[in-house]
Amino acid sequence: MKYELQPTLPPPANTIGVIGWARKHLFNGPLNSIATLFLAWLAFTLLTPLFDWAFFSADWAGTTREDCTSGGACWVFVGQRIEQFLYGFYPREETWRLDLSFFLMLALILWLAIPKIPAKGIAAVLTLVVFPVVAFFLLTGGAFGLEAVDTHQWGGLSLTLVLAVVGMVASLPLGILLALGRRSEMPIVKSLSVVYIEVWRGVPLITVLFMASVMLPLFFPEGMSFDKLLRALIGITLFQTAYMAEVVRGGLQAIPKGQYEAADSLGLGYWQKMILIILPQALKMMIPGVVNTFIALFKDTSLVLIIGLFDLLAIVQAATNDPKWIGYATEGYVFVALVFWIFCFSMSRYSQYLEKRLQTGHGNRA
Amino acid sequence: MTDAASNTGEQLMIELRDMNKWYGEFHVLKNINLKVKKGERIVICGPSGSGKSTMIRCINRLEEHQRGDIIVNGVPLTHDIKNIETIRKDVGMVFQHFNLFPHLTVLENCVLAPIWVKKIPRKEAEATAMKYLERVKIPEQAKKYPGQLSGGQQQRVAIARSLCMNPDVMLFDEPTSALDPEMIKEVLDVMIELAQEGMTMLCVTHEMGFAKTVADRVIFMADGQIVEENEPHEFFNNPQHERTKLFLSQIIDH
Repeated sequence: MKYELQPTLPPPANTIGVIGWARKHLFNGPLNSIATLFLAWLAFTLLTPLFDWAFFSADWAGTTREDCTSGGACWVFVGQRIEQFLYGFYPREETWRLDLSFFLMLALILWLAIPKIPAKGIAAVLTLVVFPVVAFFLLTGGAFGLEAVDTHQWGGLSLTLVLAVVGMVASLPLGILLALGRRSEMPIVKSLSVVYIEVWRGVPLITVLFMASVMLPLFFPEGMSFDKLLRALIGITLFQTAYMAEVVRGGLQAIPKGQYEAADSLGLGYWQKMILIILPQALKMMIPGVVNTFIALFKDTSLVLIIGLFDLLAIVQAATNDPKWIGYATEGYVFVALVFWIFCFSMSRYSQYLEKRLQTGHGNRA
Repeated sequence: MTDAASNTGEQLMIELRDMNKWYGEFHVLKNINLKVKKGERIVICGPSGSGKSTMIRCINRLEEHQRGDIIVNGVPLTHDIKNIETIRKDVGMVFQHFNLFPHLTVLENCVLAPIWVKKIPRKEAEATAMKYLERVKIPEQAKKYPGQLSGGQQQRVAIARSLCMNPDVMLFDEPTSALDPEMIKEVLDVMIELAQEGMTMLCVTHEMGFAKTVADRVIFMADGQIVEENEPHEFFNNPQHERTKLFLSQIIDH
C-alpha cells in the first residue's frame, strides 16, 4: 500500500465563529433552543425597567428633592451626600488626610500587585511597616502639626475601609500562627489553639461586637477607657483570626507528607521548614479561601452599626431618615450595595488572576 | 550471619543495637542489629511490609524507634533535638517520590539547606550545587522547576540536593520504584558512580543488578527482622534461609 500525506482541510463553516458557537451552546437541540429564547425574554423584561430606572429616566443633576421629577432614580440624593458617605463626620478641611491615606494604600497595592514594577521587597516593607504608622498619624492626628480627630468623628466608606484593612492585615498572620498551633505536636499549644478557634467560630460576630463594646470595659480598671473603634477592631480581628486559621489549616493539610520529610531530612528546623517550604506552597493553595474570608470580612464590617459606629451602611441609612430626602432609601441602599460590590469583585478578580499567575510552570508531578 | 564490621578497627558510621519499633500495637522492627563502616555500600531488600524502609527512616528520625540504640557517626539518636539535627546534617536521604520542593527551581532546591542549615554564603552554595548538578548530568536544568522535569531527572536532582549538604552517609528509600522503566538506568548510573567514589550508602531497592555491581553486603529483611546478610555473590548464589530462597526465586524468575 502506498502512503500519502493527506492535505489538512479547514473545518466546516457552520462549526466555527459566532454562528458555530451559538449553534453549539445556545441552540443545541429543540429543548435548549426554547430555554435560550425563554431566558432571553425573561432577562429583557426584567432588566429593561431596571436600566430605565437606574439610568435612562434617572435624575442626575440638582441640589434638592425638587430636582427629582422624572420618576426614575434620584441620584441627586447620593450626589448631595457623597462627602458624608465617604468621610463620615471627619472635619471637612481635614479630609485630604483620608484621601492621602487611601491613595497611598492604593499605590502600594498596585506596586505589589503589578508584576512589572520591581523592588517588591521595599514595597512589602513600606506596606506592612511604614504605611500603618503613616496612616495611623494621618487619620488620628495629634502629632506633626496635624489636628487631632477623635475616632467618633470617623465614618462612612473611610471607616469601612479602616475596619476591613486592619482586620485583614491582622487576621492573616494571626490565623497562620493559630493554624500552626492547631497542627503542633505540643499538646498545650494544640489544645489552646483548638479551644480558641472553636470558641470564636461558634459565636456570631454580632455577639462579639456587643461583648467588645459592653463587656470588655468591665475587665479594665476604673477610669481606663478604650476607644470604641479600637474595641470593634479587636473584636473583628479576633473573630476573623479563627476563620482564617481554619482556611490556613486546610492549605497546610493539602501539602504532601513528603515535603515535610524532605525538609526534615535536610536538617531544616521547624520555622525554616514552615516558612521556606510549607507555607509558600500552602498559601498558594489557600488563595481562594483567604480571599473568600477577606470578602466576608469586608461585608461583615457593616455590622458595627449596631454598636453605634457609622460605617458606610450606617451613615447612608441615617441619611435616608433625613426629612429632606425621605422616600429615597432605595437609591441609598443601591449605592451602598454597588460600593461593596466594587471592592469585593475587585478582590475576587485579583485572586483569580493571582492563582493563574502562580500556576505557571509549577506543576508538582511528584 | 556474618558480621563484616565487628572485627575490624575501622570507623563505624552507623550502628543499630537491638533496635525495636512499634506502630501502636504492631511490632514492625524486632531487635535489629546492624553495623555500617565508613565507605560501606549496603543494599537492603525484602518483601513489602518487611520493615526495610522503616528501618532506614529511623536512622534520620523520620520515624521514631522505641527501644534500643541508634548511633550515627558517634552521635546517639535520642529525643534531644540537637542530636537529631546534627545527625540529619550528616545523613542525606533520597525518597521514592523524589520530594523536590515544587515552588523552587532546581538550583534553589539544591542551595536551600546549605544556606539555611549550614550558613554557607549563597555564591559558594550555588557553585557547589552546580558542581553536583554536573555530576548528575543535568546542569542545564538548573533554572527550571521540578514539575518541568521527567521523573528520572527529578530523582537525579534529589540526589544532587542531598549531596549539596556534603553528607557522610546517603540513605536511598526505593529510589527507582516510582520511575518509568526507561529512566531507571540514568538514576542507577548516578548511584553507581557515587558508590565507586566511596560514599557510605544504605539502599533499599529491588534492583538486583545494582546490588551485584556495587554492594559490599546485601541484607534480606522479612517480618521486621534481618533474616540474612552476606556479600552479594554468596547472597545470590548460595542463600541460606528458605525465606531468602523464596524471595529470590520470586524476583528473579521473570
